[in-house]
Amino acid sequence: MKYSDYYAALGVERDASQDEIKKAYRRLAQKYHPDVSKEPEAEARFKEIAEAYQTLKDPEKRAAYDELGKRPPGEEFRPPPDWTRQHGAGDGQFSFDDMDFADLFSRFGARRGGAQGRHDGGMPGQDFEIPVQISLEDSFNGTTLELQLQMPEYDEAGRLRRVPRTVKARVAPGAVDGQRLRLPGKGGRGFNGGRDGDLYLDIALKPHPLYRATGHDLYVDLPLATWEAALGASVEVPTLAGAVNLKVPAGTNSGRKLRLAGRGLPMPRGGAGDLFAVVQIVVPGRLSERERELYESLRQASGAAPRDRFAESA
Amino acid sequence: MSQETEVLWLDERLVSLEELAQVSGLTRAELLELAHCGALPVREERGASCFFAARSISVARTACRLRDELELDVTGLGVALRLLERVRGLEQEIARLRALLPRS
Repeated sequence: MKYSDYYAALGVERDASQDEIKKAYRRLAQKYHPDVSKEPEAEARFKEIAEAYQTLKDPEKRAAYDELGKRPPGEEFRPPPDWTRQHGAGDGQFSFDDMDFADLFSRFGARRGGAQGRHDGGMPGQDFEIPVQISLEDSFNGTTLELQLQMPEYDEAGRLRRVPRTVKARVAPGAVDGQRLRLPGKGGRGFNGGRDGDLYLDIALKPHPLYRATGHDLYVDLPLATWEAALGASVEVPTLAGAVNLKVPAGTNSGRKLRLAGRGLPMPRGGAGDLFAVVQIVVPGRLSERERELYESLRQASGAAPRDRFAESA
Repeated sequence: MSQETEVLWLDERLVSLEELAQVSGLTRAELLELAHCGALPVREERGASCFFAARSISVARTACRLRDELELDVTGLGVALRLLERVRGLEQEIARLRALLPRS
């Protein structure tokens, strides 16, 4: 396992008082708590801070941690045999191979029989929340996610182990950005009769080359030639269920949204969001001689006054 | 081997106060106080029981994390949850407006 410097994580000296440790934790937790922080890497940083505080706030755990001495952070190490014996891991069956540094100290609560959440001998399994990215196509059609997880679980002796688990989750069509899905009983296993924890999936949609999603509605840019916008046209628009023809009314301006009802993402209770084609009028970058003549004729013949509004408000 | 599991949508059904307490880690009293201050809206009341939208599970779980990890009391939780909800609303509005902008 790799050594973690808990004092450095909290930014305190090794001889800091319990009060200083608490204040340092509170200051950092307010800054990096993933529910409130927009700092980059907030989640990883908060995990580090919380892990350090869980150990250093408990005088018994802190004393055991101090006994390990100071080492460079990230250095590979194994607790000395004396330390292992003294802190209740000397039964000869104990292995550090599948543990990380945090697991070493989380055992203390279980050993003292006072772990959080233990009721009548049963300890509920931990709930987990993991971010999952799915494509827009998967949201549209529904998908089965295969999640490879490393779950901390208690073995028969109440010791924490990291166990690889594969969870297959069938997601019905219509999952959208920011949605949370729950898989009851698929979190950490309960110990000694405690209920299994739940697994929560935080859904995020992968960016799509064509569509932008907001809730169940989709937006797509619809490039139109100037004459299509002026005269009206029937144009083909891609949708997630295949291309459809859209009638563009004559006199359509740039930025106008043309709605294709029910062509967005399906909704869990039936129905679907809409697809909006946002008009972009595209002017040719280079004109042929003939095109130039036609545009010149148009300029002379046209009564268009696109900047009338300027004069009105002047 | 893993079995395929159908996921539950957190915006479809109602959950009781007891169920919410069990899955969130908050006490019934804390949940009721959050409901009272409007941070956790009650969707339905049947006699003495009250029911919440299932999406309240994730709000209540957030509240539980904030209570445990930032040591907030229930008044602080109520304020934090309402501010987070406002931030979420504003982020959704930004996402909606961004979706209107042309890509190029």
